[in-house]
Amino acid sequence: MYEGVVQDLIDELGRLPGVGPKSAQRIAFHILQADPVDVRRLAFALQQVKEKVRFCSVCGNVAESEQCRVCLDPRRDLAVICVVEESKDVVAIERTREFRGRYHVLGGAISPIEGVGPDDLRIRELMTRLADGTVTELILATDPNLEGEATATYLARLCKPMGLKVTRLASGLPVGGDLEYADEVTLGRAFEGRRLLDV
Amino acid sequence: MSRTARVKSTTAPVRVHGCVPAAAAAATAVLSVRYGTMGTTMSLFRDDGIVLRTQKIGEADRIITFLTRQHGKVRAVARGVRRTKSKFGARLEPFSHVDIQFFSRGSELVGRTLPLCTQVETIAPYGARIVDDYTRYTAGTAMLETAERFAENEGQPAVQQYLLLVGGLRTLADGTHQSHLVLDAFLLRSLAVNGYGASFTDCARCGLPGPNRFFSLQAGGVLCGDCRVPGSAVPSPETLVLLGALLSGDWQTADACEPRYWREGSGLVAAYLQWHLERGIRSMRYVEK
Repeated sequence: MYEGVVQDLIDELGRLPGVGPKSAQRIAFHILQADPVDVRRLAFALQQVKEKVRFCSVCGNVAESEQCRVCLDPRRDLAVICVVEESKDVVAIERTREFRGRYHVLGGAISPIEGVGPDDLRIRELMTRLADGTVTELILATDPNLEGEATATYLARLCKPMGLKVTRLASGLPVGGDLEYADEVTLGRAFEGRRLLDV
Repeated sequence: MSRTARVKSTTAPVRVHGCVPAAAAAATAVLSVRYGTMGTTMSLFRDDGIVLRTQKIGEADRIITFLTRQHGKVRAVARGVRRTKSKFGARLEPFSHVDIQFFSRGSELVGRTLPLCTQVETIAPYGARIVDDYTRYTAGTAMLETAERFAENEGQPAVQQYLLLVGGLRTLADGTHQSHLVLDAFLLRSLAVNGYGASFTDCARCGLPGPNRFFSLQAGGVLCGDCRVPGSAVPSPETLVLLGALLSGDWQTADACEPRYWREGSGLVAAYLQWHLERGIRSMRYVEK
């Protein structure tokens, strides 16, 4: 046990996800030895993130104003919405520079075993966005795991009566890998989602 | 994956824990090696099991909860399975029936630290067929959670529960019967193999041959007019026939039953399950019927 503020800092750092007591101690001592300017910048950034950042009123992505950068961009295609689980996924898709539509962040995936049902996600808000008829395609980009697939199945079923084009991100072989190392589930999916080579 | 496993560090005599024929049933501990000056033991175990639940830990790892044939409930760490290039991440999704090799620091599979999953082979990937249908998925998760609750003691074999779950998931994935009927049949049979079998014909108290009308959770099934207790439910005779059919596996009778009897029967099964488990099954709230 350390005294006073040092121990307080270790305790607070130890509450962060993935930071154990040893790591917390290491970070605390790094902060103690760091330049005061750097530490002040870190403290300022922490304070700012809590004061300024909120969730976009349209899509649920992190934003610094009422709406996020993507929702405010007039060049974005209003007819396409890409549904993702977390804000992190928006960043991942934006990195591809392939998608020019807008997003909808659900805030998780349906997992009955963890007590997360459809009502705990931002599905009602999505339905409201779809109601005015502007959107013609819904891309379901939930994680390619069981909870993500279940959420996609649920949304597809919900949107079916609306007559929308509902698509799901393809899953299959990772680029840069060897076919022989692919597991049978992924390889099976790759076969299922094979496409015509129109050359 | 070969049945004989190799361990890299072999500075001391090798002990083979169990010699099980290479049948479909997986082996117990395959090999254990004592190494180093501290005499620490490392063991490799081989078993087959169903993935019940996964929890994220760290950057890209998961804790996987299995219901295994030989060791009952086992929690193990699967390193790097959340990365897209993981060699066996896709095999460790809930509902997957897999053949697993565990690495444990000690002579027991379930000890002070969680074992590691080092190799995984698919026996049957039920997940893909279950998740295609949302109703089936909600019923399936309730089955997984119930199986986990009944096999609460880690490392204690629960072979009947395991076999029941494998059969239940196979039936659910096949889609030959209504998913809520498969769930109710699984719940009734899970209760039965764990010593809480309900009687739907003979009186649960005096054994008077049925049909009997009064249903009591506390008494463990139907009661005759003489044994009835205050607060007993009076379900329709068709519902009791349905529940009896689900318990005995008479699918012809169960499938032919009308929806209103399914609903009444599901309510009785859920109440009976909660009575014996004391805590409710969380995923039952989300089951679509």
